[in-house]
Amino acid sequence: MKKTVFFGALAVAGMAAGVAAAGTLDDVKARGKLNCGVSTGLVGFAAPDANGNWEGFDVGVCRAVAAAVLGDPTAVEFVPTTGKTRFTALASGEVDMLARNTTWTFTRDVDLKFEFVGINYYDGQGFMAPKSLGVTSAKELDGATICIQTGTTTELNLADFFRANNMSYEPVPIETNAEAQQQYLAGACDVLTTDASGLAATRASFENPQDHIILPEIISKEPLGPLVRHGDQQWGDLVRWTLNALISAEELGITSANIDELAKGTKNPEINRILGTEGDLGGMLGLDKQWAYRAIKAGGNYGELFEKNIGENTPIGLARGLNAQWKDGGLIYSPPFR
Amino acid sequence: MSEQSYVRDEMLPELPPPATEVGVIGWMRENLFSGWLNTILTLAGIVIVYFAVAAALPWFLNSVWNANSLSECREILEGEAGACWGVIRDRFNQLMFGFYPHEEQWRPVLAFVLLFVAIAPILFNPMPLEMKIAWGGFIIFGLWLLWITGAPILAHLAFLVAGLALYYEPWARKMLFFSALYPFIMVWLMWGGSAWYVISALLGFVIGYLIYRLLEPIMGFLIAVIVSVLVAIGWWFFLAAPFAAWMAGIIPLELTPVESRKFGGLMLSVMLGVTGIVGSLPLGIVLALARQSDLLIVKTISVGFIEFIRGVPLITLLFVASTLLNIFLPPGTEFDIILRVMIMVTLFASAYMAEVIRGGLAALPRGQYEAADALGLDYWKAQRLIIMPQALKISIPGIVSTFIGLFKDTTLVSIIGLLDMLGLANAIRATTAWNGIIWELYIFIAFVFFIFCFAMSRYSMYLERKLQTGH
Repeated sequence: MKKTVFFGALAVAGMAAGVAAAGTLDDVKARGKLNCGVSTGLVGFAAPDANGNWEGFDVGVCRAVAAAVLGDPTAVEFVPTTGKTRFTALASGEVDMLARNTTWTFTRDVDLKFEFVGINYYDGQGFMAPKSLGVTSAKELDGATICIQTGTTTELNLADFFRANNMSYEPVPIETNAEAQQQYLAGACDVLTTDASGLAATRASFENPQDHIILPEIISKEPLGPLVRHGDQQWGDLVRWTLNALISAEELGITSANIDELAKGTKNPEINRILGTEGDLGGMLGLDKQWAYRAIKAGGNYGELFEKNIGENTPIGLARGLNAQWKDGGLIYSPPFR
Repeated sequence: MSEQSYVRDEMLPELPPPATEVGVIGWMRENLFSGWLNTILTLAGIVIVYFAVAAALPWFLNSVWNANSLSECREILEGEAGACWGVIRDRFNQLMFGFYPHEEQWRPVLAFVLLFVAIAPILFNPMPLEMKIAWGGFIIFGLWLLWITGAPILAHLAFLVAGLALYYEPWARKMLFFSALYPFIMVWLMWGGSAWYVISALLGFVIGYLIYRLLEPIMGFLIAVIVSVLVAIGWWFFLAAPFAAWMAGIIPLELTPVESRKFGGLMLSVMLGVTGIVGSLPLGIVLALARQSDLLIVKTISVGFIEFIRGVPLITLLFVASTLLNIFLPPGTEFDIILRVMIMVTLFASAYMAEVIRGGLAALPRGQYEAADALGLDYWKAQRLIIMPQALKISIPGIVSTFIGLFKDTTLVSIIGLLDMLGLANAIRATTAWNGIIWELYIFIAFVFFIFCFAMSRYSMYLERKLQTGH
């Protein structure tokens, strides 16, 4: 019936698409929409509001890229992906890029044939415990029962950490973050472990957050960043330098508030180059001169995105920490625009 | 010496039974305290119920509806235990429709209420009196739903006319045509775009049927079928799209197109459930018959299909639909994910359906088959007139439980990133406003599913009673 028509059209469309697999940039422009893979829901990073608009830190990256390429930060089709479907979605071309708090690892970069274009959040695995437990350091957790999500790198990191410190623990395997929160609150385990940003968000949702502490030890490196498919360098460059533009904008003091003022021309040549009043960096990416202007204007610079979605004034309340600009002692650093 | 001092010559008046044997006390003695074991169990039951209610009741009674975030709820409750139903109020539309555009939400509603118009002639034929009354209530309810979602007047009218037509006996039977058209109407309403694409897809069937009727007397059954199928396929592949585009140029019948990525919430579950149910029953019948067939190839294919699908969990098939197919198909192919999932769910359910129906076929006494043969009926007539009506009647409970299972299984799509109600529950909890809320969302979702599944199971009981022919 109707399906047959679909199949026929699909087969034809599929062959046509297979032959004319042009660059991602051309595809996106032709489609008029950026397909951006995000999480199905992660506090502060990606979640839909009551009207179905996606919001969050990762979402901000998608919107910046859409603004740079298409001139419209709302021209994004957010494709919710789970931990299991995200890589196939990217590899098969269902999404043009992933901004789904994905850890940059060797195998994902090399073996799975993806290209991480940068790091937008430096995370690491931490521990949370009730204050009543009386621990102040993860080194005192010998013999503790620990709630942990199965099948993630956190499980392996935990085993490594306890072995290295010659301690024992009892894992309570758990499938989802929500379940972890419930189990922890119900006292099924002494300690909850996951990425530090997730711990902060979880703690913020508790009725009495002050009764719980996040232990100071961070036991793993989890650099999270957007990624694209291997092999389309132009598109990879574009996403990479959009992210860099957001980071440089913060460093150079370009904000969504003063950007219109600065776009008229300044004495700082790098600002001028980013905003397109000097040189033609956009042309080299296959875009116009205003691309970075639009990307920054979409949701603000890196710092603004951070403050709005996960910063200290939000319920999640993450400090900049490692994610401060390099000038302020953090690791956020963009190569120069020249 | 036969002196009898007293002979009773009238009956004693009946005495009322002892107070301990009748009324509430009698009932309790018989049902709750009939032995020491039952007494202990009853008391234990009362204690458990008491604690459950004592724990849950204050929570329910302290419900907060007017809050826009969990922290607001907690402020209102001031530390007391209480349910925060504000999340349901805040996200009700999203839980029902997913990301379907707000101003178009009357379309899924219209499709939903028309669904009942389409299935009523099949389910209740003829309509019993109490159903007629209930149907009136449903029409009012449907109109109200359409009104609150801001449907145009035309949509109200269409539903009203279709709904009232079922009351008028001469039309009620003809409404089966509407049932046949319904899948096409639904596709148009849900996905929007030009109606001509749907109409030209439908025309393929009409053309095929006409050609069959034309050729059958001349060339015989087999050739007529083959030619008509070929012509229909040719129409769909080569002519349908240009015809639709041409007609759309003359008489535009447009609805705003909505991509299936926007589908979500209960709407998604109902859509997957309904297509699965509607698709799996005929497929299941065919598979069940094929499995009983004497033709080796037909039988082998059917057995292979059924055993393969039943040997694999649904979640595996969903992963195949969402990830593996992506890799097999040429890159850049836009094979709609919802469509992929619909196909997988239908195939999955049809394998189970086939076995349920095979059970019904096996339960029929051999004499029924022989009687059909003795009457000189051919295979299809025997199936249609004698075998299937009885086999299906026997299998009703099994069929309906497969339907119910299928409907509940649709929640598995949240694992492949489709946002049905369970997936949305996760997404809602990921917003800063509602992070940390758990029970309210899941209780609501369970409640919604219960309504649907309970209704299905009650209908199955009604149907069994109606078709009861044993004495």
